[in-house]
Amino acid sequence: MNVNKILDTDCPGTGSEDAGKASACAGCPNQNICASGVAAGPDPAIELIKSRLSNVKHKILVLSGKGGVGKSTVTSLLGHMLAKQNPNMNVGILDADICGPSQPRVLGVRGEQVHNSGSGWSPVYVTDNLSLMSIGFLLGSPDDAVIWRGPKKNGMIKQFLSEVDWGDLDYLLIDTPPGTSDEHLSLVQYLSEGAQCIVVSTPQELSLLDVRKELAFCKKVGLPILGVIENMALFVCPNCQAQSEIFPASTGGSSQMCSELGVRLLGALPLEPLLARAADRGEDFIADRPTSPAVSALTEIVKKITAACEP
Amino acid sequence: MLDNVKQVILVLSGKGGVGKSTVSTQLALTLKEKGLKVGLLDIDLCGPSVPYLLNLEDQNIHQGPDGWVPVYLDSEQRLGVMSIGFLLNSRNDAVVWRGPKKTSMIKQFLEDVSWQDLDFLVIDTPPGTSDEHITVMENLRQVPHCSAIIVTTPQEVAIEDVRKEITFCRKTNIPIMGIIENMSGYVCPTCTECTNIFSSGGGKSLADLTKIQFLGSLPIDPRVGKLAGKGIAAVKELPDSATSMVFNNLANQLSELTTNGS
Repeated sequence: MNVNKILDTDCPGTGSEDAGKASACAGCPNQNICASGVAAGPDPAIELIKSRLSNVKHKILVLSGKGGVGKSTVTSLLGHMLAKQNPNMNVGILDADICGPSQPRVLGVRGEQVHNSGSGWSPVYVTDNLSLMSIGFLLGSPDDAVIWRGPKKNGMIKQFLSEVDWGDLDYLLIDTPPGTSDEHLSLVQYLSEGAQCIVVSTPQELSLLDVRKELAFCKKVGLPILGVIENMALFVCPNCQAQSEIFPASTGGSSQMCSELGVRLLGALPLEPLLARAADRGEDFIADRPTSPAVSALTEIVKKITAACEP
Repeated sequence: MLDNVKQVILVLSGKGGVGKSTVSTQLALTLKEKGLKVGLLDIDLCGPSVPYLLNLEDQNIHQGPDGWVPVYLDSEQRLGVMSIGFLLNSRNDAVVWRGPKKTSMIKQFLEDVSWQDLDFLVIDTPPGTSDEHITVMENLRQVPHCSAIIVTTPQEVAIEDVRKEITFCRKTNIPIMGIIENMSGYVCPTCTECTNIFSSGGGKSLADLTKIQFLGSLPIDPRVGKLAGKGIAAVKELPDSATSMVFNNLANQLSELTTNGS
């Protein structure tokens, strides 16, 4: 995969022989650095991250072009479920949403502190075998805004990947912001080979429109797609149990999109008001409501994921 | 820049999927129904939703003598739209850009579009407080009449991100006109029981907490949801709905603003 290649068609790229010498380089603030050849090698951070994450078996990005579809909720549910299924397994969650970190709240560890030691930053442990790192732990107040442009966000992600002491992990789930921009490119670039992804969608066309773009992004950068999870699929009225489609799948929903684009649909999670509330309060929905339709759907989804990762 | 625009309205939210684009398009449509001249600029480059919502997906941008000509929804040219969606070859195409490229695209959108005389320019934004937002704020500093409308949903997970956006507005000195709460309750079509799927009252209490005007709650109304992709104003099609009431009030308040201000 070559992320640099798709970034800018005029820039020859730091690895090219024309680096610093092409016509597009005139006026670029980095022209001298490129021309000197210093930048020609791969980013040294990639090697650093590779060795830091060498004890992580599976790295899974949770993506969606669209915001508010439930990436963070799905990530936390997957994390809990994987950790519960096998107490000997270690699961880590990295919240790469720098401007809107939701994991500390969803996992119920708001207000915790991250400690720095000789071996790096220690993540916050939600349970014995589920740990979390998020920029939310580094902010002084919930009102604090992270007003950063791309390069600074990339630096933070680089640090998260290279300096967190996760220990041995079976799964590292990476929660991402919506879009196909800096955070996503950096994650793919730094993790190089070895990462896979899950794409979250909701049934309505407005959301699928952006999710298709995310799938195109994965194909463009060569990121293997484990499958799509449809969230907020059906609403079951808590009063009369009647089902209704709040976000109607006017264009066939995720299943139609998946068959059109040749991507696997891992399953669908219903829209449950109690699940939304559990996420708000940071409660462990799987432990509290083990018989709910969402948990049974989730069990099937996790089975498919583990089967795909560990055949 | 934007010399012929009387009032700029930024539609913001720290959180994604709360209905920024739906609010932007319905607000623009409502203002248009009131006979005003409106522009709608979509600066969500990675996930442009406005062309779909207004049923303008196959339209193209043309280069005119004074710059890019926006796509007009109506033949009287009362609602002009600009979005990166009009520049993509296929609706599945992804815009895989880092910050600097996004910044220059937005600059072009702000400088090179010939909007003609506008009463309102509504700007729909992506979630977050990053490149797109910083760029827009920096450029709008030179524009005198500019204010923000914040969209949220009631649940805490969304409110948490929206608080960050409010901090962003305060740091960059953009006056906040008010907060709209979207997706507040859902009335079951079978038993008419109202369920607060994503909790309730969050928008109002956020407004109280931050001392910002509360502009109203929009319920989850499947009839309004069905207007997505048609480009029809809720105030025209469903004049008695709670949604229309909120937008009517908002539009009235805004039109007073321009008549008083200018």
